[in-house]
Amino acid sequence: MTTSDVRISEAGLTDKPLLEIRDLAISFKTGSGEVQAVRNAHLTIMPGETVAIVGESGSGKSTTALAAIGLLPGNGRVSGGQILLDGEDISHASEKRMIELRGNTIGMVPQDPMSNLNPVWKIGYQVKETLRANGRPSGPADVAKVLSQAGLPDAERRAKQYPHEFSGGMRQRALIAIGLSCQPRLLIADEPTSALDVTVQRQILDHLETMTSELGTSVLLITHDLGLAAERADKVVVMYRGNVVEAGPSLELLQNPQHPYTQRLVASAPSLASRRIQVAKELGVESDELLAPGEPVVVEPTMTEDVLQIQNLRKVFKLRSGFGKSTDFTAVDDVSFSVKRGTTTAIVGESGSGKSTVAQMVLNLQKPTSGKIVFDGVDTSTLNNKEIFAFRRRVQPIFQDPYGSLDPMYNIFRTIEEPLRTHKIGDKASREKKVRELLDQVALPQSTMQRYPNELSGGQRQRVAIARALALDPEVIICDEAVSALDVLVQAQVLNLLADLQSRLGLTYLFITHDLAVVRQIADHVCVMEKGKLVETGSTDDVFDDPQRDYTKALLHAIPGARLMLPPEVA
Amino acid sequence: MKTNREIEHFVAPVEETPLLATDSLKTDQAPLSLWADAWRKLRRRPLFIISTVMIALIIIVALFPGLFTQVAPNDNCQLANSDGAPASGHPLGFTFQGCDVYSRIIHGTQASLMVGVFSVLFVLIIGVTLGALAGFYGGWIDAVIARLGDIFFALPLILGALVVSQLPFMRENRGVWTVVMVLVVLGWPQMARITRGAVIEVRNADFVTAARSLGVSRIDSLVRHVLPNALAPIIVLATMELGVFIVAEATLSFIGIGLPGSIMSWGNDIAAAKSSVRTNPAILLYPAIALSVTVLSFIMLGDALRDALDPKSRQR
Amino acid sequence: MIQYILRRLLQIIPVFIGTTLLVYFMVFALPGDPIRALFGDRPPSEAVIAQLRQQYNLDQPFWVQYGLFLKNLFTFNLGVDFTGQPIAATLGRIFPVTVMLAVEALIIQTVFGVTFGLIAGLRKGKVFDATVLIASLVVIAIPTFVLGFVLQLLVGVQLGWAKPTVGATADWGNLILPATVLGLVSFAYVLRLTRASVIENMNADYVRTATAKGLSRPRVVVTHILRNSMIPVITYLGASLGGLMGGAIVTESIFNVPGVGQKLFQAVIRSEGPTVVAIVSVLVLVFVIANLLVDLLYAWLDPRIRYEN
Repeated sequence: MTTSDVRISEAGLTDKPLLEIRDLAISFKTGSGEVQAVRNAHLTIMPGETVAIVGESGSGKSTTALAAIGLLPGNGRVSGGQILLDGEDISHASEKRMIELRGNTIGMVPQDPMSNLNPVWKIGYQVKETLRANGRPSGPADVAKVLSQAGLPDAERRAKQYPHEFSGGMRQRALIAIGLSCQPRLLIADEPTSALDVTVQRQILDHLETMTSELGTSVLLITHDLGLAAERADKVVVMYRGNVVEAGPSLELLQNPQHPYTQRLVASAPSLASRRIQVAKELGVESDELLAPGEPVVVEPTMTEDVLQIQNLRKVFKLRSGFGKSTDFTAVDDVSFSVKRGTTTAIVGESGSGKSTVAQMVLNLQKPTSGKIVFDGVDTSTLNNKEIFAFRRRVQPIFQDPYGSLDPMYNIFRTIEEPLRTHKIGDKASREKKVRELLDQVALPQSTMQRYPNELSGGQRQRVAIARALALDPEVIICDEAVSALDVLVQAQVLNLLADLQSRLGLTYLFITHDLAVVRQIADHVCVMEKGKLVETGSTDDVFDDPQRDYTKALLHAIPGARLMLPPEVA
Repeated sequence: MKTNREIEHFVAPVEETPLLATDSLKTDQAPLSLWADAWRKLRRRPLFIISTVMIALIIIVALFPGLFTQVAPNDNCQLANSDGAPASGHPLGFTFQGCDVYSRIIHGTQASLMVGVFSVLFVLIIGVTLGALAGFYGGWIDAVIARLGDIFFALPLILGALVVSQLPFMRENRGVWTVVMVLVVLGWPQMARITRGAVIEVRNADFVTAARSLGVSRIDSLVRHVLPNALAPIIVLATMELGVFIVAEATLSFIGIGLPGSIMSWGNDIAAAKSSVRTNPAILLYPAIALSVTVLSFIMLGDALRDALDPKSRQR
Repeated sequence: MIQYILRRLLQIIPVFIGTTLLVYFMVFALPGDPIRALFGDRPPSEAVIAQLRQQYNLDQPFWVQYGLFLKNLFTFNLGVDFTGQPIAATLGRIFPVTVMLAVEALIIQTVFGVTFGLIAGLRKGKVFDATVLIASLVVIAIPTFVLGFVLQLLVGVQLGWAKPTVGATADWGNLILPATVLGLVSFAYVLRLTRASVIENMNADYVRTATAKGLSRPRVVVTHILRNSMIPVITYLGASLGGLMGGAIVTESIFNVPGVGQKLFQAVIRSEGPTVVAIVSVLVLVFVIANLLVDLLYAWLDPRIRYEN
């Protein structure tokens, strides 16, 4: 299929597009002149249709959507092309006209539920002002109706509460209620669930889908997750560096991506990869073959020794509840599992499951309330300061936030050298040699040494963090959400790097993550945690193929794209 | 809700959008540390240039007053010249006592600057130490230091200074050091609060945890990682407080509890000039201008530093 | 909310005790005769000294002295001044004048500071913003007493727009000039603080969402930007009261306002230590209570605070 191969159905000709973006160009004024953020963007949304824009951060997907509702930041402007809403070009419409359109013709559901509700106003007021501004009845009953339609139970009481009394999922429901309260014809949903736990994510998206189809609302969905886009949208538009590189029917785009970028994206998306493995297994192909095509599977029978044993681990935090009283909060409750040398064990759970607390205790940064952590046969709680210092050489962490895990004051050389200096390893020259080797190992040019973290991208910083963790030749690496903050392609690269290092250096990984799709790609064993408790453990294949607990099933079901039928071959 | 509409499949020509190697390193710019970055921003800002030139000049005046005036400030005071107009060799005229205004301003720089510099220095030592300990360790250390700060905070500067200056010891030894003492005793909680806040913001950063898991001790991680990253607001406050303390010294001298009349300072000269403000406002205005320009220089510098060191404005 | 008020009340008690103890300890825990020492080289009559000695219970142990000092403070039994006049009676007469001056200054600094700060913030980087920013730095750099003399000379004497001095009868009208001088420094801080938080809030996600809901610009500015920007400003206003009290000493003496500040100033000039301590103690009490009120206002403005643990 090619671009010239344009087919328009009989039905398609009769209805007019609701939103049509033609050759849109958007530029931003910066300190160093005008920068083009979007070029030649085009897309069409028919009434009642859901269109998804997929891209990584900086691809221009959000910018394009914001232009459609006239909310570009102060230094941005539409520098070319048209945004046609019902045939009317609104790309340079007056502020007055845009205020008329916003709310009742174009609604928006923003990304982060934590920051998009004003903390000082009650939820009810924030709904009410929307209704009032768009000339709709705005009594308490109307407000409650809007909130309950978005799936908020006990809406009348909830309306009198402040945002901080709501959980993340409930806030997002409130934002959906606000976005749809005036029954707009077009809803712009900018990563509406990316800040939420997967199970909540699924509920919210299901509800959003039901509501918009009942109202006949068109949806412009912005997302970084190709699996999610394909599952929810009729049509997917892929953006890369400000350009639309490919657009088409969602399933077709996944099954038959044409543009090299789309092909890479399809190949890397964890949700899709996970689904592909699933499909393949249903067809009787072993997942090992899928993950390491062409290479013999390395299963060394000698590697069966438990390097880490977690026994009945508990951690109780004292929470102050005013006037000197305190309540106990059990973050980790009776958790036991073991990690075999040279393997990858993943701890999966949603926020508040206690998975990161486990990691902190394994790293000996927090003391367990009770229970034992046995590393290489020694109970780590019995170590004295000198022994802890030695222990630190053998167990190293990599953290989630690539922007927070490197000291901005240290250049890359000092960052990677710090562990060597702290442990007084080698002299200046040998340390520099080691740093160079480490940079080679993580595939960064040696010239990176003089750079500072703020000059590197997220993926590069994560490579530096890996190099620092490797500097002391550790045996175990604790990856706390180590790839969660990265774009899909970069994520795939870092995961490959980690896998490569594991096979070369015989590393053991303890992988803390909320993303089951990633787990499927990398882990040998899975521990599922819920509210501090371990609910299920087993080999990755067992847990994915035959989950025993409802919670695990819900998690698996919530992976975006789980309903898609994909070809089983590895791209 | 999938529609049955036929949807076109569009593919952009590949040449138009060359695929970059994912995550390649930009190598066209020189490496930039935070300080180098701040310096690059600062050196183009007029506010910064003007204020540093002014401060450099003020420091030179304070160190070498002899370079700027040959007239001794107190020797040739003749009551005949009282409130006299400018004359040759005396460009700004004479005070009520018949002393040379210009010479007194030049020689008064030292006292004002000394009070400012030493007050800030001691406030930094006490405030940063206590604030960093409170913020980093938390718990009871934090509680004790915070309450202590609250107690001093509840004593507004001038009111506190009034009480302290009533002590016979302070009254008998009035001079630069007593003023510095008053300003430090009442000024440290502000610095401690700012430091504590900045340290708390940094202390839970992943890079501090990473350093700890490398085997870096707690105190080392405070000194090597936390404090350097908490420095920006401390520097800004210290620069601004230099100005604020100079104003405070002048105000205390005006009320009569600052520097004694025997020490030449702008505050004293302004206070002395108030009796002839209706007849000869110029002799009040000249030291007032010297004072305000000095203070303004420090405050402008602080303002410029705040903008340059703001982490939000850093490129990512 | 009630829990929050109780907690704040419990928190100010140690602060108040600590601060008064600090003041008291510095002044009265001196070896020798603190009363005589406090008066410097011009002691008053023996009768006054005897009365003061009795007032401060110097024959009692320190903690009893301090307890009685607190009791006296709360019952406004403040002793006598240099001439043997009871200080409480004098304060009762002059306190309303200073309150009037401070309230007028507070209104001036808040109204103008918030207005200018809001406009500057909304027009960040424009001419108005740049001008106001530099002007505010200049205002901060000029000491209150210089501003006082200059405005007195310019507005009062040369232009004749206002009375240069207030004299015995202070009212809202003739206090305008001293109140402006008193409020100017804080005005500059309020302006800068408002501007900074307006700029921060303008870029907040919830402001963009409010715009996306279809609200008009004025509504967005008032209910979302300005409302949220008031939170840090209110906190500053509480702290600025301390500055106003200190500034009142200077302003009242320049403009001859018959208030607490002028009384304090005269007491300093005459080396009347006990009077100074008594008045400052009252002012500290006022400051602490005023800041408690500000905290409550803060909790009302920011609902998150009420639930914080």
